[in-house]
Amino acid sequence: MTTIVYVPRDSSALSLGAHQVAKNVQAEAAKRGLDVKVVRNGSRGMFWLETMVEVVTPKGRVAYGPVMPKDVSSLFDADFINAGAHPLNLGLTDEIEWLKKQERLTFARVGITDPVSVEDYLAHDGYQGLKNALKLSAADIVKEVTDSGLRGRGGAAFPTGIKWNTVLNAPADQKYIVCNADEGDSGTYSDRMIMEGDPLVLVEGMTIAGLAVGANQGYIYLRSEYPDALVTLNEAIANAYKAGYLGANICGSGKQFDLEVRRAAGAYVCGEETSLLESLEGKRGIVRFKPPLPAIEGLFGKPTVVNNVISLATVPIVLDKGGKYYQDFGMGRSRGTLPIQLAGNVKQCGLVEKAFGVTLRELLYDFGGGSASGKPIRAVQVGGPLGSYLPESQFDTPLDYEKFTEIWAVLGHGGIVAFDESVDMAKMARYAFEFCAIESCGKCTPCRIGSTRGVEVMDKIIEGKDHAKNMELVRDLSDTMLNGSLCALGGMTPYPVLSAINHFPEDFGLKKGQVA
Amino acid sequence: MPLLHAIQDDLGYVPEGSYPSIAKALNLSVAEVHGVVTFYHHFRTHAPGRHILQICRAESCQAMGSEALEAHVKKTLGVDYHETTKDGAITLEAVYCLGNCACSPSIMIDEQVCGRVDTVRINEIIAEAKGA
Ligand SMILES: Cc1cc2nc3c(=O)[nH]c(=O)nc-3n(C[C@H](O)[C@H](O)[C@H](O)COP(=O)(O)O)c2cc1C
Ligand code: SF4
Ligand code: FES
Repeated sequence: MTTIVYVPRDSSALSLGAHQVAKNVQAEAAKRGLDVKVVRNGSRGMFWLETMVEVVTPKGRVAYGPVMPKDVSSLFDADFINAGAHPLNLGLTDEIEWLKKQERLTFARVGITDPVSVEDYLAHDGYQGLKNALKLSAADIVKEVTDSGLRGRGGAAFPTGIKWNTVLNAPADQKYIVCNADEGDSGTYSDRMIMEGDPLVLVEGMTIAGLAVGANQGYIYLRSEYPDALVTLNEAIANAYKAGYLGANICGSGKQFDLEVRRAAGAYVCGEETSLLESLEGKRGIVRFKPPLPAIEGLFGKPTVVNNVISLATVPIVLDKGGKYYQDFGMGRSRGTLPIQLAGNVKQCGLVEKAFGVTLRELLYDFGGGSASGKPIRAVQVGGPLGSYLPESQFDTPLDYEKFTEIWAVLGHGGIVAFDESVDMAKMARYAFEFCAIESCGKCTPCRIGSTRGVEVMDKIIEGKDHAKNMELVRDLSDTMLNGSLCALGGMTPYPVLSAINHFPEDFGLKKGQVA
Repeated sequence: MPLLHAIQDDLGYVPEGSYPSIAKALNLSVAEVHGVVTFYHHFRTHAPGRHILQICRAESCQAMGSEALEAHVKKTLGVDYHETTKDGAITLEAVYCLGNCACSPSIMIDEQVCGRVDTVRINEIIAEAKGA
């Protein structure tokens, strides 16, 4: 009988040697004359256990990790293909507390299936959402998405159903679905995990979006830093075409949807939707004035849905189980679940999908296990490079868009980066300006010039030159950027800067509690 | 953009000498092609070394010691960012997040991401790149 062994192809697992682990498993099995088939899955998202190898047994999947390439022969010695005892044996995967405590809706299949196999996707409830969508009118699909309460997971948290409705009602001979897979925010990797771990859920979500608004062409704008995701996506798309889930006649419905991946070229600002559209059109990624909204005049001037990977990958479950089902998760006006990414100085980094309402403290300590260094966690940045830094006193804030707004912070794309007490917040504020200066598209002066000035002023503050005057200057610069920038790159760089000053004044040569 | 990617995948860079033919193929002016190539960090206009080493400078990696790693690499290679080692083996570049933040600090050598990179590991990676 063939034993199935799963070894992830997720690029974080690959970054720790998963290809070599897979090769060694195959070589050892061949050497020992064992009938083993290696399947390359996505990651379950427990990165401190990667490379995590799983074996299919009659009782369920049994996990081993973290497996280094050199550990493979000892796994075979311990008869791991029959769940044998070994120091790396983690027991049944489904019984691992870290996974059991989650509400995995968008990530239901990630790490479980072979990401590029349509058969495997179908065997795990895949394409149920599309099947339902094909029976509904366009307006009813949009209604289901609106009812789910789903808000864009790319950062701005705009209701997805309302955006789709605008595109649906915009008359045009051609409309587009564009997936924003630029994932530029540091501390985030959930888009990547979907594209490498369950790309077909994204393909399905985009197809449903196409049916909902009357678009027959989709593009995935993928950041150039993700070469492995490119391979997985293209394999999955090719397989979906072969199986009749993409192309001129989707599932024999007579409806058409074509899909193509386009590579970005390493500009953070191209994650901003209008800059992204410029880039897709082959131009420099300069941000456009709004209005017109992309929903009215988007790609090549046509009505266009621009949505984040997670937003689109959540659509299939909404159409499968109904808007009401999804809407039942969450708190306040933040409905459903958020795939949270733990990063930085955290012992157990990984992907936690939970209903809104979970607190930072639960995430950092119950899931994260505290800092990796063992020192106290001093600051966390939530929501990428434009997100505020939060001190320990705010760790009980629940993850909820409105609650975060109340404390002048953002959830963004759900990335949480932790720093221990060795962090120098003045340096982090300097870095925020520096990043803005490097990535500015150059259209507005406050962003282009202000960020460069910000770096210079922070340098002076760090040196202790003209301290009071320069602190005032930083605040003035921040105000100008907040109010005079066209997009959030310039407009939100003050978030990390000012939150660092306000919460950690002692790092800026001020007394604790002193406000500059 | 797909054309620029194809050229860079092929040659390792987009030579300025190729602008006129790109402009002609896409019905653009040479200045427009120049504008696009220089806007994007990914495209380079000069030939790189045999390998490209990118170090992640973003927050998660900073929280896990990327600054020390960066200093070590610059010293070991004797180059700064955007420069190539004298032997032509390695071009050093900065990158802002590789989506590998759960395994910080991260680097990328050519198309391979490496996570939890310490000085021992980076020395191995550099030695391997220099030898090949
Ligand atoms: C500077 C900047 C960078 C952004 N980067 C991304 C990104 O990498 N991915 C993303 O989905 N949205 C990004 N956004 C948000 C997009 O502009 C847009 O709101 C989003 O793609 C809409 O999709 P959603 O409604 O599904 O979130 C960025 C915005 C700004 C201002
Ligand atoms: S704020 Fe900065 S990045 Fe945004 S449009 Fe203005 S110059 Fe461009
Ligand atoms: S911050 Fe370095 S990989 Fe994301």
